[in-house]
Amino acid sequence: MQFAVLSGFLLAALTPWLSGIFQHRIGWLLALFPASLTVMFLGYLPEVMAGSTAVFEYAWIPGMDISLTFFIDGLSLLFALLISGIGTFILIYAGGYLQGHPDLGRFYVIMLSFMVSMLGLVLSDNLITLFVFWELTSITSYMLIGFNHTSADARKAALQGLIVTVGGGLALLAGMVMLAGIGGSYSIQELLQEGDLIREHGLYLPMLLCILAGTFTKSAQFPFHFWLPNAMAAPTPVSAYLHSATMVKAGVYLMARLHPGLGGTEAWILILSLFGAVTMFVGAFMAIRSTNIKKLLAYSTVMALGTLTMLLGIGTEKAMMAFAAFLLAHSLYKGALFMLAGALDHETGTKDVTVLGGLRRKMPVTALVSLIAGLSLAGVPPLFGFVAKELMFEAVIAAPALRWLVILLALTASMMVIAVAAIVALKPFIGPLKATPKAPHEAPLSMLAGPVVLATLSLMFGLLPWFAGSALVQAGASAVGGYPIEVSLSLWHGFNLPLLMSFISLLVGAAIYHYWDSFRSRLQPLDPMIAKGPEAGYFKMMDGLVWFADWQTRILQDGSMRHYLRVILLTFVALTGYTLIARYELQWHWSLDVQLHELIIAFLLVASALVACFTRSRLGAVASMGVVGFSVALMFILFSAPDLGITQILVETLTVILLVLVLFRLPGFVSLSSPGERFRDVLVAGITGILMTLLVMITIDVQFFPSISGYMIENSQPLAYGRNIVNVILVDYRALDTLGEIFVLALAAMGVYAMIKFHPETDPGANKLAGTLILPPKVLPPQRKDVNGNQDLELQDRMDTGDSASSEDETRRGDA
Amino acid sequence: MEPILAIVVGILYASAIYMMLRRSIVKLVIGLMLLSNAANLLIFAAAGVQRGAPPLIPIGAMQPEGLVADPLPQALILTAIVIAFGVLAFAVVLIHRAYEVVNADDLDKMKDTDT
Repeated sequence: MQFAVLSGFLLAALTPWLSGIFQHRIGWLLALFPASLTVMFLGYLPEVMAGSTAVFEYAWIPGMDISLTFFIDGLSLLFALLISGIGTFILIYAGGYLQGHPDLGRFYVIMLSFMVSMLGLVLSDNLITLFVFWELTSITSYMLIGFNHTSADARKAALQGLIVTVGGGLALLAGMVMLAGIGGSYSIQELLQEGDLIREHGLYLPMLLCILAGTFTKSAQFPFHFWLPNAMAAPTPVSAYLHSATMVKAGVYLMARLHPGLGGTEAWILILSLFGAVTMFVGAFMAIRSTNIKKLLAYSTVMALGTLTMLLGIGTEKAMMAFAAFLLAHSLYKGALFMLAGALDHETGTKDVTVLGGLRRKMPVTALVSLIAGLSLAGVPPLFGFVAKELMFEAVIAAPALRWLVILLALTASMMVIAVAAIVALKPFIGPLKATPKAPHEAPLSMLAGPVVLATLSLMFGLLPWFAGSALVQAGASAVGGYPIEVSLSLWHGFNLPLLMSFISLLVGAAIYHYWDSFRSRLQPLDPMIAKGPEAGYFKMMDGLVWFADWQTRILQDGSMRHYLRVILLTFVALTGYTLIARYELQWHWSLDVQLHELIIAFLLVASALVACFTRSRLGAVASMGVVGFSVALMFILFSAPDLGITQILVETLTVILLVLVLFRLPGFVSLSSPGERFRDVLVAGITGILMTLLVMITIDVQFFPSISGYMIENSQPLAYGRNIVNVILVDYRALDTLGEIFVLALAAMGVYAMIKFHPETDPGANKLAGTLILPPKVLPPQRKDVNGNQDLELQDRMDTGDSASSEDETRRGDA
Repeated sequence: MEPILAIVVGILYASAIYMMLRRSIVKLVIGLMLLSNAANLLIFAAAGVQRGAPPLIPIGAMQPEGLVADPLPQALILTAIVIAFGVLAFAVVLIHRAYEVVNADDLDKMKDTDT
């Protein structure tokens, strides 16, 4: 199972090569993959309908309780069938839609990767694995929305979608970790057994809010709905697949999946009902204001997602049935309508429904299929959409909370959606033929195959609900509810309230459609208010982010090394100092065991270090550095480290020679800083020094690990045949370390040699060959003067514009 | 003795950091030298010190006589001393070269990469 699904990634990797061979016909070839998966999933249908489930265990990272276990029950099977079934037709469709597109191969790579990720998401039984697939769908969605990467709008929309969904994803991860912490497992099936424990836990509410932040952003719930219509910048196959039938339902899927474990509490019912109902209304309302056919469909998708969330919130048995039926119906008709909208756009060259009309003769098949799918969207019998809508109304009038609000919003939303259905599916085909940018003709077979099949299914599930509809809905509803639900769907429920609501909404919807133009212009005064909606908040947040990044870069990383140093030191002092004070207690060893000569050496050390800091003579500084070095050497010798003392004396002698040789070619010390700056630096240096002192005091008392020195002392002579243990450590126990040290020294020596020896600017004749090794070839001796001259000018310029007077003096002195 | 060493280490660190925060590149190098001395002493002091017990084994014996100073920090410091010298030599020559090119020993004049 895992292999069958994940082999899609392999296929995706091979796609660029395959698309080179098969050109635009590759869609038909690649469609074989989801088609065979569909057949495989269909094979599980009888088993799942009988109420059993299938589990495919596969340990991935067992140590962290992360597995790649796949799980098939009614809900995941319903989703898997939708993903692979609709995916089959989308792949075929994309071949026709993007025929001749230079990046067709790339498109299929991302599309296949998305398909596999989405399947992994709905089949996964492990929260972490689910999250990995969840993020993969966000990333592939980002790449697909931005597929036309030369368009700035597409890139912007892609980024917006990514930031909203991935931002929610972060919250989701936190929620999942909390959930696993509460339930004691990362396996969803095990967690769902712990429903009571989870619902009564003190962290239930924060955990729920975190998870809902993830699902609401992914499924475009108000107030995060704005990214979905913008995502319509993607090619239509993507909109039809990701942003209508599959990915945006991932959030709904997760809520449905967790419903048996988390659902039914007051918070769950209130939040989901309210946000779902508001999203439903906002989606329908925004749809009616749009004239772009893809935006119309996108907003009606928002409406559908809101409906699904609301039904999960209501949570009754009827609501579960309505949820499964509505999910199935919506995927079927919306997938078809999106593909048809793409066909219209492709054949006429416009997405604006106001300039489309009278296409029934030019595109008869498209018109017919559109009509069927549109009727399902409107919820007109005998389509499956009607069955789903009746169930939805039945669930709504028995809602446990906010009943009247939910009924009102559901009724108005369904009125507006009926108008939307007519605008999308009827308007372009009736009336007189209008002129379009391209001469319209019927779409090719590849673009009609999907809509025809999906619309036929809508019709068939509606007319013959016992055929497969009931079974699928029953399996899905039982999985979401967490207990067996008996479902028998039928078109005719008798004269009841839902039928009346359907009838009223149909009438009002038809009226809205009839007066659509004036309706839209009436709504125009609301535009400024809508412009201040959640999307404006998103832009404000992004601006704020840029401002914050800019601000903190200016404060923390102004390009001056000394400033970096101060920031690093102060952070170090704050963090380490806090830990030190919070965790450890300082013990003063006042019973000092000190001898006079040691004290004198310590005093000498400190005094010479301070002299080196504050002297204005270079010779004084070098000499006091020598005193510091030799005092340290004396310390080493006094306290049982003769090897260190010898090395230190040797090195210190060399250092002093080196400093005397080099430093005296440099200008003398001048005062470059103001007293204020000095005081600030003394402060920073002082508190760091105090912290270091405290650190040493505490480390003397604290031993975190047993020392490994004992082993080295014991085995120095018996194993390594050496009596000087320090030397044995260096050349035996830690020989590789010493080898590395030798390399470092050799590198430093080579660097020093190169810098001293290769000197083309001052001495070009001596080392012509060596000089060319460092300088780029174009800077040859004849041009050298120009280069130097330019440099001087530049230097002069910068001094004139940028620096203070004192440093200018300083440079001149250096020149002299 | 350790508390005295701790205070010495603190003062060495403070003076090293003060020097590293100067604009003069020569002072920066002096700061680096002080810092490496401070770090060496830090390791030395933190491991605990002992008088007159170097980690040596007498001729003919398999183990040292009595308790000896911890040899491991000494080995680490030995490495550190030598590396610090390598770094210092490189830094000194580098600033010398930088001074020749930029003609300034003020770090604030070395912000650009195109000289």
